[in-house]
Amino acid sequence: MSVVTEQLNRSIAPVIKDATEFDLKLKPYDKYVLDNGVEVYAVNAGTQEVLSLELVFSAGNWFEQQNNIAAATNYLIKNGTKSKTAFQLNEHFDYYGSHLSRGCYNETANIVLHCIDRHFATHLPVIAEMITDAIYPQHELDIYKQNMQQRLTVSLKKCDFVAGRLIDEYVFGKDHPYGVYSNKEDYDALQQEQLQAFYKKYYTEGKCIIFAAGLLPADFEQELNRTIGQLPLNQKEIPTILHPVTSAAEKKYRIANDPNGVQGAIRLAQPFPNRHHPDFQPVQVLNTLFGGFFGSRLMSNIREDKGYTYGIHSYILNHISTTAWMISTEAGRDVSEATITEVYNEMKDLREELVDDEELQLVKNYLIGTILGDLDGPFHIIGRWKNLILNDLDENYFYKSVNIIKTISAKELQELANKYLHPEKFYELVVV
Amino acid sequence: MIKFERYILSNGLRLLIHKDFATPMAVVNVLYDVGARDEEENRTGFAHLFEHLMFGGSINIPDYDEPLQLAGGENNAYTTNDLTNYYCQLPAENIETAFWLESDRMLSLAFSEKSLDVQRKVVSEEFKEHYLNKPYGDVWHKMREMAYKQHPYKWMTIGKELKHIEEAQLQDVKNFFFKHYTPSNAILVVAGNVETEKVLQLAEKWFGSIPSGEKYVRQLPKEPAQTEARRMEVKADVPLDAFVKTWHMPSRLERGYYVTDLITDILGGGASSRLYESLVKGKKFFSNIECYHFGSIDNGLLTIEGKLVKGVNIEEAERAVNEEVEKMKTELVDEKELQKVINKTESTILFEDMSVMSRASSLAYYELLGDAELMNDELQRYQSITAQELLEESKKIFNENNSNTLYYLSKN
Repeated sequence: MSVVTEQLNRSIAPVIKDATEFDLKLKPYDKYVLDNGVEVYAVNAGTQEVLSLELVFSAGNWFEQQNNIAAATNYLIKNGTKSKTAFQLNEHFDYYGSHLSRGCYNETANIVLHCIDRHFATHLPVIAEMITDAIYPQHELDIYKQNMQQRLTVSLKKCDFVAGRLIDEYVFGKDHPYGVYSNKEDYDALQQEQLQAFYKKYYTEGKCIIFAAGLLPADFEQELNRTIGQLPLNQKEIPTILHPVTSAAEKKYRIANDPNGVQGAIRLAQPFPNRHHPDFQPVQVLNTLFGGFFGSRLMSNIREDKGYTYGIHSYILNHISTTAWMISTEAGRDVSEATITEVYNEMKDLREELVDDEELQLVKNYLIGTILGDLDGPFHIIGRWKNLILNDLDENYFYKSVNIIKTISAKELQELANKYLHPEKFYELVVV
Repeated sequence: MIKFERYILSNGLRLLIHKDFATPMAVVNVLYDVGARDEEENRTGFAHLFEHLMFGGSINIPDYDEPLQLAGGENNAYTTNDLTNYYCQLPAENIETAFWLESDRMLSLAFSEKSLDVQRKVVSEEFKEHYLNKPYGDVWHKMREMAYKQHPYKWMTIGKELKHIEEAQLQDVKNFFFKHYTPSNAILVVAGNVETEKVLQLAEKWFGSIPSGEKYVRQLPKEPAQTEARRMEVKADVPLDAFVKTWHMPSRLERGYYVTDLITDILGGGASSRLYESLVKGKKFFSNIECYHFGSIDNGLLTIEGKLVKGVNIEEAERAVNEEVEKMKTELVDEKELQKVINKTESTILFEDMSVMSRASSLAYYELLGDAELMNDELQRYQSITAQELLEESKKIFNENNSNTLYYLSKN
């Protein structure tokens, strides 16, 4: 008897199931409405007894009358209430190993709690206190101003930081919430009374929506309602404010920031419509092919073939009312201009040549695989939902997006490239 | 409690399987027992450069990324001074693609001149982006050289100088590969929506025939105990003075490591920590201050680092830091504060364990330390630490002769 050993042929790839054959499901949320009308979206799932609770307020810099008011109000909400000092507040959360963070964005600002389930109920009254009784002590504001100014002087030494500010200004205008940035004087100008007034209007009596995820405790809804549900939130209308975009007339900029700099921070950007525009979802596929993942055209050419940069990426900014299509990299000082030329070459290629089937399939599979991986765990799932809800969208948008990824053709991608990927449409900036 | 099964293939490759049917994904994590500490002093930055080359094509597969992306997968890798770790996540149905790719690059790389040439440039740009073109970017370069005289922790993972990377030759690459990238120096973790039988069969099929290679025996010089305080003053084009001070601390498996970890949390773990409360909020000497360590496997450095408020005298600031440090040596930490940092540790562990990817890399890491089961005892080890131990360990570590102080001053 002879035994035939099957020789393993390592040059042949194993058979795969095309990711586009996967059936993607976005786990639905549970929705509650608290006594005061605050809506709660919750995804109850997971393997560990931990949770995240995010209170989203309509309190971003969209609503401020003066630079940095929104950000300072959000930051200092944790720095003292009528009954607790900043230290006591911090210690309260730290003692239980919990994490209370806050963040200020354009339309929204948030307070986020991460904790082990069994400590949840202990934290709620303290969070409620932060929403109603924060006092904004003068000495806390003084320390904040000083430290933020110091941090700014360090950041301004970095070419990527400077480039990020300038490109936003070119695209949206200095007076638009998406284009504005902080200067040293803006911190000097901050007054305690301004913060207290902004706080009262946009937090204490503001508009709030809650996103929660994790293995939620049984009394989750009840505890939330007993505390946050009794606050004077959502009783008043938030003013509607319009901010017109004023893009710069000049398109090309070269800025010298650091005479000894060894790299140039490159940003190319063009204004782009928001998620409600019919091109938004198909362009996500085109963007992925162009510069949205490690195997993208930009990465393959400019990093993996030429070695000009450690990384180059393109993406649509995550803004709500209107947005921009951005290309971003830090490249060697001597090859910055060559990098821009190559970016434009890649645009030309996408305009003139149809993407072949193999590459298109790869991009589709990659995107579907990413979504599949990104739906892993309750925190990721609620993140998807939050993005939909804050953009005034629902699950149909998610399923439509998946469908577009699965079905978009090379021809449609080329048409989109011809519509958008023209060098003359882009603002072009290098900061050394 | 993270459950896992352990197998050892005949070529010495260790295999851990961790099942989680709540996810549709699978994770394949390969850890190689090699880091920047295994480099020669005149060839630094190599472990990390090599990590880049692992994506430049293997002996039978011209491109690593494409087939993985085609299978709906994502991947990345990182190198530290201790180890190199590669991980990919993909839909569980397509897991064999990961076995195929990972096994081929363990078998042998393609060793292409082009890939080396490009990745030398890419890593040089990475070096510039993170360490040259940033204010304070060379702090750790200077600190490591001051604190370590013998042990290879004296250079950073990215390398001692750009030149070492620029001069790397293909022969160096080959030598490095055959010395370190062998089954006996690797740990394979497969996690997620997977069945044991299937994983064993795939592991045998793809990894089983790779020659075992020689087990690399690490013989690193031990850093001799430091006997006098070291100090350095640098003037640079930075807007603010920075203060950085380090003390040698126990290695990863010593009990003192866990005690030190809690000490860093008490001093510098967030807005209720001692240094923040006393020096940022109280005395207003620093605009930020932190206390941390890198989690090094060999003896690491407990670090206190901060930027000074403009106009504050750095010597006065150092005295204020030393006062806080002195308290750790003379006063018992009270029960509530000790409980706080233990609670923080519990919470950190629980949150880290949420993602299957993170569980997979943790299992590989603890297996590297000696036994993946250590992962499940971590919290208990922290919970058993007493205030008396914090005091004793503080006395050992916070000795001026064991310290390295860097004044990184603004030229302007």
